[in-house]
Amino acid sequence: MRFVDEFRDAGMARVLSTKIAELCEPGRHYKFMEVCGGHTHTIYKHGLEDYLPETVSLVHGPGCPVCVIPMGRVDDAIAIAERDDVILTTFGDMLRVPGGRGSFFDSKAAGSDIRMVYSPLDALKIARKNPDKRVVFMAIGFETTAPSTAMTVLRAAAEHLDNFSVFCNHVTIIPAIKAILDSPDLRLDGFIGPGHVSTVIGCRPYEWIARDAGKPLVCAGFEPLDILQSVYQLLRQLAEARCEVENQYARVVPWDGNTKALQVINEVMELRPHFEWRGLGFISHSALRINEKYARFDAERIFALPGVRVADPKACQCGEVLKGVLKPWECKVFGTACTPETPIGTCMVSSEGACAAYYNFGRFSRDRVKEATRT
Amino acid sequence: MCLGIPGEVIELMADPSGQESDLAMVSVEGVKRAVNIGLLREDGQLDLEPGDWILIHVGFALSKIDEKEAKASLEFLMGLGDAYTDELEALAASDIT
Repeated sequence: MRFVDEFRDAGMARVLSTKIAELCEPGRHYKFMEVCGGHTHTIYKHGLEDYLPETVSLVHGPGCPVCVIPMGRVDDAIAIAERDDVILTTFGDMLRVPGGRGSFFDSKAAGSDIRMVYSPLDALKIARKNPDKRVVFMAIGFETTAPSTAMTVLRAAAEHLDNFSVFCNHVTIIPAIKAILDSPDLRLDGFIGPGHVSTVIGCRPYEWIARDAGKPLVCAGFEPLDILQSVYQLLRQLAEARCEVENQYARVVPWDGNTKALQVINEVMELRPHFEWRGLGFISHSALRINEKYARFDAERIFALPGVRVADPKACQCGEVLKGVLKPWECKVFGTACTPETPIGTCMVSSEGACAAYYNFGRFSRDRVKEATRT
Repeated sequence: MCLGIPGEVIELMADPSGQESDLAMVSVEGVKRAVNIGLLREDGQLDLEPGDWILIHVGFALSKIDEKEAKASLEFLMGLGDAYTDELEALAASDIT
């Protein structure tokens, strides 16, 4: 077993497509939100909407970590990078993200030492090799990525690598889901739960969504059959008048998550009182920062940051896309002024952003979708 | 960046002094890379050996993939797809010349 190909079988996808159609009540429309940007990517890459009846729509959620970073934080990171003694490292997805004064690429072209890394451990290696420089890792990501950053800080502490620090932008998924549920603009029938975040936090933190908010949630894997099976399981819950948290991705997600990963997050980080999300505004207790014990590795304490809040460009509707209120192509600048090469908003940058995914893989005609969403 | 990829553990690596380390050599689609397995260590114990599959994210193993659960998931799908497998079997049994 290779855990990939088995979950991409086209024949089985057609079977699931038929079973999904059988479960739909005639005349009823269903809206499910896939919280995670990785799911959005799979849905567009494999054209999964073609396997669903027109009465089932998938709404893209806020789970793209690059997309939710507000412009002010990009400007803060660039301000750090502009210092002569600094090497700023971050994931490749971040490099094109526009801030108020341009992107990381622009700053790099102007002379800043900004480097793309695959892992925070690569940033640590750069710090070891450059003892005369201060190496800052701009950390982004949900609970999936936070433990890797925390492990790297612990390693830096063990090695006394005091020229290494983290500009921490880790966010947490539950407050974002709560903000979506509190939003009056959107009526949802259930959630496709974020599989890789759940690898760390487990399935229990979602129980309130089924119990108190009355929405079923199926924690899902990232292959095409995983997503179609999750839609099937959501529809079956609705058909049987059940409202539960189910784990479709049990091969990877333990119900209680990864205890060690949660421990290292708690050792190194603490919740911020509030954090600004692009499109969702300020959300309480929705992000992590480096705690007092590891303060010497916290770039926010080491460097003076502008910390200025920058409003999104007027033309950009990323906020509405992130809340699932607008489909990517309904944004006024989608594919015209805003493209992956010259993005105006973050959703067009990351491969997990709904706009980039639709721009790169969008395969069925916009007219057909408009038709389907009008009914 | 948030995508996780499955890889097969080839070898648990020792550190330069020969002690157990937090690294494993892992094969992903035939490419071998060192991956940090520290997040799979609970109370110092590591339940991992060559041949096991792990989910890798930004250089760290986040989870050991449970083959029994993967099989259960596929069996569930096969159960749904009885009509499809019947058709496949019928096709396999046919002898059109």
